[in-house]
Formats: sequence, C-alpha cells, structure tokens
Amino acid sequence: MTEPVLSVRNLRVAFANRRGTLTAIDDVSFDIARGEILGVVGESGAGKSVTGSAVIGLIDPPGGIVGGEVRLQGERIDTLSPEAMRRIRGRRIGMIFQDPLTSLNPLYRVGRQLIETIRTHTDLSEKAARGRAIDLLAEVGIPAPERRIDGYPHEFSGGMRQRVVIALALAAEPELIIADEPTTALDVSVQAQIIALLKRLGTERGTAVMLVTHDMGVIAEAADRVAVMYSGRIAEIGPVRDVVTNPLHPYAKGLMGAIPTLAQETDRLAQIPGSMPRLSAIPKGCAFHPRCPSAFTRCVVERPNPIAVGAHQVACHLYDRSEASAA
Amino acid sequence: MNAPVRTRDAAYVEIEGLRRTFDVSRPWLNRMIERQPRQILRAVDGVAFTIRRGETFALVGESGSGKSTVARMVVGLLPPTGGDVRITGISMTDPRQAVERRRLRRRIQMIFQDPYASMNPRWRVRRIVAEPIRAFNLIQGEAAITGRVGELLTLVGLHPDDGAKYPHEFSGGQRQRVAIARALASEAEFLVGDEPTSALDVSVQAQILNLMRDLQDRLGLTYLFISHNLAVVRHMASRIGVMYLGRVVEIADGRALFTAPKHPYTRMLLDAVPDIGMTGRQRIPVSGEIPNPIDPPSGCAFNPRCPFAKERCRTEVPELIEGVACHAFQERRLPL
Repeated sequence: MTEPVLSVRNLRVAFANRRGTLTAIDDVSFDIARGEILGVVGESGAGKSVTGSAVIGLIDPPGGIVGGEVRLQGERIDTLSPEAMRRIRGRRIGMIFQDPLTSLNPLYRVGRQLIETIRTHTDLSEKAARGRAIDLLAEVGIPAPERRIDGYPHEFSGGMRQRVVIALALAAEPELIIADEPTTALDVSVQAQIIALLKRLGTERGTAVMLVTHDMGVIAEAADRVAVMYSGRIAEIGPVRDVVTNPLHPYAKGLMGAIPTLAQETDRLAQIPGSMPRLSAIPKGCAFHPRCPSAFTRCVVERPNPIAVGAHQVACHLYDRSEASAA
Repeated sequence: MNAPVRTRDAAYVEIEGLRRTFDVSRPWLNRMIERQPRQILRAVDGVAFTIRRGETFALVGESGSGKSTVARMVVGLLPPTGGDVRITGISMTDPRQAVERRRLRRRIQMIFQDPYASMNPRWRVRRIVAEPIRAFNLIQGEAAITGRVGELLTLVGLHPDDGAKYPHEFSGGQRQRVAIARALASEAEFLVGDEPTSALDVSVQAQILNLMRDLQDRLGLTYLFISHNLAVVRHMASRIGVMYLGRVVEIADGRALFTAPKHPYTRMLLDAVPDIGMTGRQRIPVSGEIPNPIDPPSGCAFNPRCPFAKERCRTEVPELIEGVACHAFQERRLPL
C-alpha cells in the first residue's frame, strides 16, 4: 500500500483561557491519499477550520496541539520548529482561504506576488519564474494571462482573484492543498468553475486536497471522501456518495435531511432540535446525545469511538456489535 | 393614465416597470479634473411581477442582480426611480395615497440576513418585540403587552421567559426567531425576507424555514423571499422570478422552473449549483461571470455568456413574454 500524503492520528487541539482549557479538536484521525479530495464538513464551531490550521501549524498561542501526530508523506510535521514548518508551508502544503483579498497584497501586481513565491521555493531565474507564473495563471483559467499578470488584485473580480490565490498555492507544486471555504464567497456559476479546477488538480497533478466547507453541496460535487465533524470530533467518515445517500450517524442523517435539494421537492425539512454546544459546555459521553433522537444510557456516559461499518467509520454506540447483541 | 382597476383580489402585491438607478460618479471636482462623465448604475431596470395573497414568491439571482434592491423598494425603504409598487391596491409612491399607505405600513415587515444588526443590543428581547405594538398603539396596558409578547415568543418557538434576555444571549437561529416575532408583532400579513437564512448553519436553517412555512399556514402570510440559494428557494416558493443584472429573465411556478427551465441563464444556473441530490453528476462547464452593472452589455445582458446569442440579442433588449425574456426562446431556437 502506498503511503497517504497526509496522515493525522488522534489529533487534539486545545485553547487555554482564564477559566481552563477548551478542547477544540478531540481525537481526530484521517488520511488523505495522493490525488484524493477529502471533504471536511460541519456546522460553525465543529472544528473543521481548526483541523486545517493544525495540519499546517498555524494555531496561534494560547492554542496548540496537545496530542496526536500529523505526518506528511510519513514524516512527522507537528513537532517541527516554526522555521522548518514555515519552509514546508507554501512549498509542500498550499493554502487557499475563503477571502482571496486577505491572501493577496493589494499594493503589488499579481505577477510580482507569483514570481516572488515561485522564486522563494525554486531556483528559477526571474525570467523563467515569470514564464512559469503565466503558465500557472493560464492553468487556473485566467484569460489573457500574459496581460493580466501585470494587473493589481483589485482589478480582478472575486472569482478571478480566487483563481490567482489557487495559482499562488500551486506555485511550488505542493503535495497537499488545504482549501478552507474556497468557494463560499463566490456566486454559484463561479463556484462551479472553481470546483472543477480543484478536481482537475487531483486527477492531473495528483495533488491531495483537504476541502473544508460548511456547504454539503460543494462536498457532494467535489470530494471523494467526506468527514462529518461535530463538536471537535469526526462523527462519520466515508466515501462521499455513501455518506450523502446513506448516512449512518444520527447527526449526519439529520444534517442530510436538513439540506433542501434541487433534485426533489420536500414538504418538510428534517429538523435537528437545538444547536451545536459551545466549547465550554460539551456534554459528557457522546457530544451529540442531547440532540440525538436515538440516544440511550450509554451515550450519556461513554464517548463513542469510531467503528468501521462497511466503508464508513462511525463514532456512534448504535453501531457497536456488542450493543446490538445485547439488545 | 387610467384609474387603477381594482378587480384583481388575488393579487396582493403588484409591481410594474420598477426601476432604480444609483449615481456612483466620482465627486464633482474629480470628474472635472479627470474629465469623466457621470456614472449611473442601473440596479433594477423594468421589473414587473405580482404576488398573490398567501403565496411565497421568491427572487433568485447572483450578487449584483438587483434582488435586494427590489425587496427594499417593495417595503418602501428605498424610493424607486420609476415604476410603482402597489400593495392591496395602495401605491407605495403616490403622494395622494399617503394616508392609506401609513395604515398599510405595519402590515409589511422585513426580515434581514443579520438579525443582530437589526436589534438594539441594549434592549431586552421583550422590549424589542413590544416596540411595534407600542409604536402602532395596538394594545394598551403593560400587562396586555407582556402577554402578547409572550404569545409571540411562543409562536416562534421560544419561551416567554426568553423575553428577559438580551440579543447577544441568543444563538443566530434564535435571534432570527426573535426578528420574526417582532415582524409579527405589528400584525403583519406580508413578510419580505432578504436572505433570512443565509447566515445560519444548515440544521438551524431547516428550523427557520420550517417555522416560516408553519407560520404561513397558520396565519395566512404572504412572503417575498429573496435568496441566492436555489435549493432553499425550491423548498419555499410557489412562484419564482430569476433576476440577472437588474432584470427578471424568467418567472415560473416552482416546479416548472426546476423541471423545465426555459431561459438560458436559468438553465446555466441550475446546472451550476452544487447539490447533494446529484452526487457525481457530470456538469456542463459554465463560462464567464456577471458583467459590471455600471457598464452592462447592450441588448440582452446575458448575451456575452449565452451559447444561443445572435445579432438581435446584442442590440435589442428582450421583453418578458410568457414568463421568459429571451429572443432565442421566442424564436424557438432553444433546444428543449
């Protein structure tokens, strides 16, 4: 078996504050293979963005990784010095964020930012780097790249800016791209173009992508596998088609039923009562039990560990065999 | 002008030739020095539709299509540049109907995307919800008002005791419930929701959408629902208008629009939406983006992105005929 590009094992991230420690990520494990897009989905506060930041070592104090490990091509990266991590960021792991303007310097031409990035990570000459920058802009679908390369970020539309950011992320040909809500700020027609672009990266370059978003529709279109997060843990992880059409975890079931779809008319959306608990008040046992329609005594006291059911991994006591035989 | 004929009792809101322009020119001195002309943005350009009593009419479109501007003109937050909005036959612009309009006003309420921005953070929720009751002098006596506020909070799925809390003590979904309670406090019968669930998580969005439908069934409310999310619109609306660059390009019943879209833009939009019901579907790539509304393309605004555009589309603005504003459709050039 080939080594996964990214391997996260039992990751825990905590933030210390005056009143104690808040655990934002609790015992999260997943792999991303070469050319694979893993979707990480969840509602606000589920810990999906923190997971992405932890992988690239961008959790600021007072927060930090307090347990588990992160491996890139088999090599541990969570214990590296900030300086060593900085060299990995950009070169081996690319990043795309929701708002492209925060990733671009408004005072520099797009070309200069691309060329600088390329030259930081490779030993190309200025001229060769410019040629490479034009190729990158063409690859992400910017028309007339040899002219647009001399434009400033404000001269680009939202969708075009996001393409520039993707070109920046690709500049050093990273093995892994972490995309945090890359299409959320964009209109649907542009969103579709960006999704197509991300998918092409996986098939043509073998780039692994961790796609963090709250939009289940985007995941359904783009991802190969999906991890559904709730209260800092992975509730369910599996192939995207299976999880969307046949979710196992009660939270994933509720979530899929709550999303209105274009494919059919629904009279009433499924409703999960209540909302996600705050980090300071995560319930004991399974964090979802106060909202869960099928919760039983064990859910209140014991935290469920992931159980393999078919191609899925589900953290739910309902799927524990010993539970089923006892019942 | 003919006197308005009031035979149509089914139509609750009638919108005719609605236009709105914004002057986005640089300051006068800059214009003089740089020799630039005035710049006028046509946010809404000749929009017409009717909303029947008790139905949900939705406007969908991408950013910059003018859907929110229409909503603001319908409730009277923004005066139109041209055209008219009539609600139960009363014009929202005609100065001669000012008295009737004042009586009508409390029947129209708006729900915004960010409920927190529309609430006074220093007021307790019971005071926020009671404000329209006091402003319109609907109920006299503190005890009666408190009772009514409790009723309204229960109606939207909160507890009467929640009235003692401040807005920041609620989650986003609960705040949107408070906003709905306040809208209903003035005995509103027409609610305009501008992206009311766009800022909410999906499980909470489902709660609010279900609540809005329940309230419609119980109170016979009429909704104008503005959203960029087509799946939400499909779930909520009985009729839908699709907007593109300030114009309505297609109006149809919900089912017809989603099963047999006619306008090329509607088709493209439906094809582009990522949707969980269509996992792994091969999509047709979409080309281009919405043009700059300050300098829209001549003729049909969609022509630069339209695969069916011909010479006529570049010169002549298509009229909305039988619910579709498209030359290619009228010339029967579109594949079915």
